[in-house]
Amino acid sequence: MPKRTVSLVVNGRPQHVETHPMSRLLDVLREDLSLTGTKEGCGEGECGACSVLLNGQLVNSCLVPVGQAEGARICTIEGVGQHGLHPVQAAFISEGGAQCGICTPGMIMATIDLLARYPEPALEQIREGLAGNLCRCTGYMRIFSAVQKAAQAGP
Amino acid sequence: MEYRLVGTAVPRKEAGRKVSGTAEYVDDVRLPEMLHGVTVRSTIPRGHIRKISFDGAIPWHEFVIVDARDIPGKNVVSLIYDDQPYLAAERVNHPQEPILLLAHADKHLLERARQNVHIEYEPLPAVFHLEEALAAETVIWGEDNVFKRYTIEKGEVDAMWSEAAFIVEGEYSTGAQEQLYIEPNGMIATFGAEGVTIRGSMQCPFYVQKALMALFGLPAEKVRVIQQETGGAFGGKEEYPSMLAGHAALLALKSGKPVKMVYDREEDMAATTKRHPSKTRHRTAVTSDGRLLAMEVEFSIDGGAYATLSGVVLSRGTIHSCGPYRCDNVRVRSVAVATNAPPHGAFRGFGAPQSLFALERHMDKIARTVGLEPDEFRARNLLRTGDSTATGQVIKDPIDLVRLQSRALDSIGYHEKRRRFPVENARSRRKKGIGFATFFHGAGFTGSGERFLQSVVTLEARAANRVRVLTSMTEMGQGTNTVLAQIAGEALGLCYEQVEVTNPDTAEVPNSGPTVASRTAMVVGKLVENAAREMKAKLPSHDFAALGPLRVTVQYKEPPGIFWDDALYRGEAYGAFSYATYAAEVTVDTLTGEVEVNDFVALQEVGRVLHPVLATGQIEGGVAQGIGMALYEKVVWRDGVMVNNQMTNYVMPTSADIPNIRVYFEEIPYEHGAMGAKGIGELPMDGPVPAVLNAIENAIGIDFDHAPVLPEDVLAKLAKRRVA
Repeated sequence: MPKRTVSLVVNGRPQHVETHPMSRLLDVLREDLSLTGTKEGCGEGECGACSVLLNGQLVNSCLVPVGQAEGARICTIEGVGQHGLHPVQAAFISEGGAQCGICTPGMIMATIDLLARYPEPALEQIREGLAGNLCRCTGYMRIFSAVQKAAQAGP
Repeated sequence: MEYRLVGTAVPRKEAGRKVSGTAEYVDDVRLPEMLHGVTVRSTIPRGHIRKISFDGAIPWHEFVIVDARDIPGKNVVSLIYDDQPYLAAERVNHPQEPILLLAHADKHLLERARQNVHIEYEPLPAVFHLEEALAAETVIWGEDNVFKRYTIEKGEVDAMWSEAAFIVEGEYSTGAQEQLYIEPNGMIATFGAEGVTIRGSMQCPFYVQKALMALFGLPAEKVRVIQQETGGAFGGKEEYPSMLAGHAALLALKSGKPVKMVYDREEDMAATTKRHPSKTRHRTAVTSDGRLLAMEVEFSIDGGAYATLSGVVLSRGTIHSCGPYRCDNVRVRSVAVATNAPPHGAFRGFGAPQSLFALERHMDKIARTVGLEPDEFRARNLLRTGDSTATGQVIKDPIDLVRLQSRALDSIGYHEKRRRFPVENARSRRKKGIGFATFFHGAGFTGSGERFLQSVVTLEARAANRVRVLTSMTEMGQGTNTVLAQIAGEALGLCYEQVEVTNPDTAEVPNSGPTVASRTAMVVGKLVENAAREMKAKLPSHDFAALGPLRVTVQYKEPPGIFWDDALYRGEAYGAFSYATYAAEVTVDTLTGEVEVNDFVALQEVGRVLHPVLATGQIEGGVAQGIGMALYEKVVWRDGVMVNNQMTNYVMPTSADIPNIRVYFEEIPYEHGAMGAKGIGELPMDGPVPAVLNAIENAIGIDFDHAPVLPEDVLAKLAKRRVA
């Protein structure tokens, strides 16, 4: 398949990438744009480590062919807290929400998405809202605390 | 004793880079001219390699291809026995065994090439189960398929059967479990005049160094191993990284370029190590008033095709198999055997979760047979100060396990629920149950292991009153960087921010032993504490800079009064045990077979808690992995192949599956641990599986003696009971 130019707005900056349209958005971010904060855990949309916001919606970037993201606004972990720590990042630090850190960028994107939908989430909404992001270290309890603390801090 | 830093929740040292996505994991590293590497693996369990052909429209001349003939040194992954090759030359002994390595700059082309290597085999008969391996009709390893045996003998077991009021027998088994760190295994190798340099995801940089020295015939100073940020390990990056680092280095040597090898999830699950499947038989003599007279245990584990760490895993499982109970007459016989599956290996708990699962299910069975409540039966037999374990280790801690157990059970409302649930269950298809397990976990290397390790740590005073801690202990999420900085800062009278913990790099740090066995905080932390006290004594003022650069190095010395007999398996097996009671409340849906854990209490005595948030996080994470092992995580095998090697069909718990985990600590400072700390990393893996299965039995009155218990297992047993 021939390459073509795909245009995206990533973390507020217009980007033009010469790539196969079937390339995974994850690879374009990590390899073409050197935004390696987005992680690959499974490559099949199960673990959520590659979560990014696409036009404000949470997606697994390993499942998105970049051709489908033509013209889209993408927000990755590098776009969060560009002017100092975002409240969600601060809460993940203080509550112990990050251990090995490999799920953390995706988990933070999922939390930002969750808090946009439910600014004061109940515990059950947090459990359901983060169920697409796997963490093997924490048993999720510290992550729940981090989400609750970030919610209290407000946007 | 009052502490400034220890016991406080200082921010994790590397938290800033983890929450911002700037922490550098191996797959984030890109070097100039770097190639990618892949592995061509065996597709059969056992046989001779007859022919290798390179087919298809692949520009093979562009590829770097490595086979066993390219190995300059020894073709063995140097660990304990020299039985596992880096690359199979003539014979394969398990599916997924590495045979060839390929490197190319284009990852997509590389994958196509891998699929176009065709290997013809002459198959040999293979062995897939513990019993088959023990029967040794087909011998696939050594003379009898046995990697290792142990026997523990205490008292006069044979004399007790005739005196017993009850003899209770049981058989229990566990399946394999995948570590499922979210970052798969990965390594980058470069080769140059200075030797080989490895960067990667790992627990034990000096294991990798030792293995590569043998593989290339190089001295230590020519093999440099640097840990990248490591995205979880849980034992899964203890021994396997030596294999992967060797492969990347072989490709780097032949190509003259840096080579990156990062497994995808399917390859990582299919080819790398898992928790050993196990089988345990118990035969127990009990008095009429519920006291243990004699315990006879047979514990066996399936090690897969090569010995790797199986003997050591077996050792820990064997020593833990009689738990924290007082019994004067004990016989434990254990065996690790070979099968034609990829080698099983280290996974958090290291044999103890398997044998303690069997024991804590069996204790419920004995209680039922004797007619005592499970907590009352255990209370009559729990170790007290001055009692001795199965290996004859005398418990010196002022520990009150009966009180610990009661406190945990009170926290979850155990007795009230034992009365209430049967009444409520009679009216509902959703049956509630409550169960628990009481257990211990020994911290540090077993027996004389710490003495042989001779761990070293260094502290370095630098300008501006800053101190660097140099150890080989890796950070893999558990909090190494943070607690070692707390310990050093505490002992030196410095702020947390003034202490820097150096990233493990064999060219820079001393060998403090591997990051395994719940030993980092307790054993290596104590060395850091000792080094810091020595440094402080040399520097009466805090003005380190004024006195010039200063390095203090200390080495492990065995605490006095420790005796271990490797031949008889008797003596002080561990420097210290941590103790716990875990209790689980479950609901079993008798229509769907689903089991939900509704509440979980984890109470433990772990010596001094160095960092309350990190320690709580360790326990919660271990409990979640334990709930996974109890209810979700089933490796499905077909002829030695894991066939569900995807996260889609090997299911770990999500945030929606985990109950509120309530963590409580009791702290009895341990004098030989850092600031009084004992090990906690592995402890939480031991309790959840028996606690959950005991709760299921309480809910529906059906014994499950195999973990995991999946909904189909519940439905099958319920159907069988209806027929009966």
